[in-house]
Amino acid sequence: MKVLVCISNVPDTTTKITFTDNNTQFNTAGVQYIINPYDEIALARAIELCEGGNGTVTVVNVGEATTEPTIRKALAIGADDAIRINAAPRDAYFVAKQIAKIAQEGSYDMILTGRESIDYNGSQVAAMVGEFLNIPSISIVKKITVDGETVVIEREIEGGKEVISTPMPFISSCAEGVAEPKIPNMRGIMSARTKPLSVVEPIEIAKLAQVTAYETPAARGNVKMIDAADPAKLVEALHSEAKVI
Amino acid sequence: MSVLVYVENAEGKFKKSTFEAVSYAKEVADKLNTNLVAISIGNVADATLADLGKYGANKVLFVSNEKLKTFVNQAYASIIASAAKTEDAKVVVLSASFSGKGLAPRIAVKLEAGLVDGAVELPEMTDGKFNVKKNAFSGKAFAHVELTSDRKIISLVPNSYKVVEKPVTAEITAFESTAAESDFQVMVREIVRASDKVSLPDAELVVSAGRGLKGPENWGMIEELANLLGAATACSKPVSDAGWRPHEEHVGQTGIAVSPNLYIAIGISGAIQHLAGVSSSKVIVVINKDAEAPFFKVADYGIVGDAFEVVPKLIEAIRKFKEAA
Ligand SMILES: Cc1cc2nc3c(=O)[nH]c(=O)nc-3n(C[C@H](O)[C@H](O)[C@H](O)COP(=O)(O)OP(=O)(O)OC[C@H]3O[C@@H](n4cnc5c(N)ncnc54)[C@H](O)[C@@H]3O)c2cc1C
Ligand SMILES: Nc1ncnc2c1ncn2[C@@H]1O[C@H](COP(=O)(O)O)[C@@H](O)[C@H]1O
Repeated sequence: MKVLVCISNVPDTTTKITFTDNNTQFNTAGVQYIINPYDEIALARAIELCEGGNGTVTVVNVGEATTEPTIRKALAIGADDAIRINAAPRDAYFVAKQIAKIAQEGSYDMILTGRESIDYNGSQVAAMVGEFLNIPSISIVKKITVDGETVVIEREIEGGKEVISTPMPFISSCAEGVAEPKIPNMRGIMSARTKPLSVVEPIEIAKLAQVTAYETPAARGNVKMIDAADPAKLVEALHSEAKVI
Repeated sequence: MSVLVYVENAEGKFKKSTFEAVSYAKEVADKLNTNLVAISIGNVADATLADLGKYGANKVLFVSNEKLKTFVNQAYASIIASAAKTEDAKVVVLSASFSGKGLAPRIAVKLEAGLVDGAVELPEMTDGKFNVKKNAFSGKAFAHVELTSDRKIISLVPNSYKVVEKPVTAEITAFESTAAESDFQVMVREIVRASDKVSLPDAELVVSAGRGLKGPENWGMIEELANLLGAATACSKPVSDAGWRPHEEHVGQTGIAVSPNLYIAIGISGAIQHLAGVSSSKVIVVINKDAEAPFFKVADYGIVGDAFEVVPKLIEAIRKFKEAA
């Protein structure tokens, strides 16, 4: 089985998000980058499924050379090899098109992504790749098991779950539950340096969307403190002042 | 020209988030001086379809057959995309529900249309531009995205747009499924729905608790409070990591982002990753025994106190309030 895991390079979750150039550019000063947390889950499941000579795991990233530490981290965690598509990830459509091309050329049986990237929160890439390749895409999944030629997947729905079976190849976007993230061990870190990482150039496509500005949420007014002995005052305030109950 | 809205149903019924999408799409259609067309897939009764007129749908297309009874991502995307072409829809609107998130990107590729996933406001249409505000950085910011393609797709975050009644008479018409055989590769084996639970992503009220609750055995009062309010229950990440609560209740940057009218946080410190997921809540109440807890800085109302004393009193107070009402 050949598995392709798409990883994006995102600001560490502790990052305070600020912008520059009149709120048009994300301020990268001092920002630490990590593997998108959901992609770590996808990667961990891919490695589990391929354990014991069951298959190989390739990671792919659309990014400039600065993302290589993140890619090496994925190799240290246990991916067998990596591909970097040498371009700034302009938007999901662009990224999906690049990944679809790599996926087609490598004829992977399973493609995994995270449910969304924690920077632009598109949750678009997986289903777009699925459409480009005309293969099933199952979004926001909590469990993936392989049973011979079929794959059984649980996906989240409002107030419950749906159990689906799909043939290979397919693509899924992974959420919590799929696996526990893996921490690289010393051997992994050592071998990551020599595992193959190939760099390919992107294909050009038309631009359909662009971010024109960013905004940070408005600050809230001062908190009104209520005496712990008298929660009835809170109920009153929520009813007549805030009008939410 | 038209605006098309996909009206998602759950077991034949439309949820509030569907009506929100219809109201949003109607406003877009009005701004563009055009009609609103709705497309429904699956088994929905005619009377239920006709109800969509209440929110401004001029025409309702429906596709209903055995194979489409359950959600099949690829097939549904094919049908919605072909309806968009037939109706010459310039804008397609969906709810950013779990299914909607799987559909919108496929439709975008089929129509070569720019997509805004997770819109929180109406598009701004000035000087021939089309700009949509959406969540970014997991609730830590918003992005304004300009769509430059001819057709545009928008998925709308549940509970971020009001349901507005704009009654018209809806014309109900059958639409021929255009799904290909290859669109039916996946099979739904089982659907499990907890019918008595409020679903978290589209909840109007949320009661959430963190590690301050000490253990899963103490969630009884959290559930009681939630039931009393008709609220969904949620938790912080360490709580779901420890298995005290299911993963789907975990709110935050790496969990569900919520935008309820009221978010009550009990025994949650207010770490940056947690706050990211709740920043679009309209009103935030924090109950924490530590007056220095960071969560108080972003709260509208706060109570410093021990949850095990405050919550039972709060339950009592709400009970009295409900009885009086
Ligand atoms: C990569 C990454 C991603 C993360 N993503 C998320 C995320 O999406 N969501 C998330 O929630 N966290 C996330 N976290 C974790 C986050 O950093 C915090 O650790 C977490 O939110 C803390 O949870 P908590 O507030 O429940 O627990 P704690 O920080 O332990 O806080 C418990 C609070 O309860 C209060 N308390 C204790 N006893 C009582 C009592 N009897 N009555 C009242 N109050 C009491 C304490 O004063 C304290 O403020 C992430 C962390 C990382 C590293
Ligand atoms: N630049 C990228 N390179 C590789 N994979 C990506 C990239 N951006 C997004 N992805 C994948 O697509 C998923 C969803 O991202 P998004 O659609 O941007 O929210 C991520 O979790 C990754 O698995």
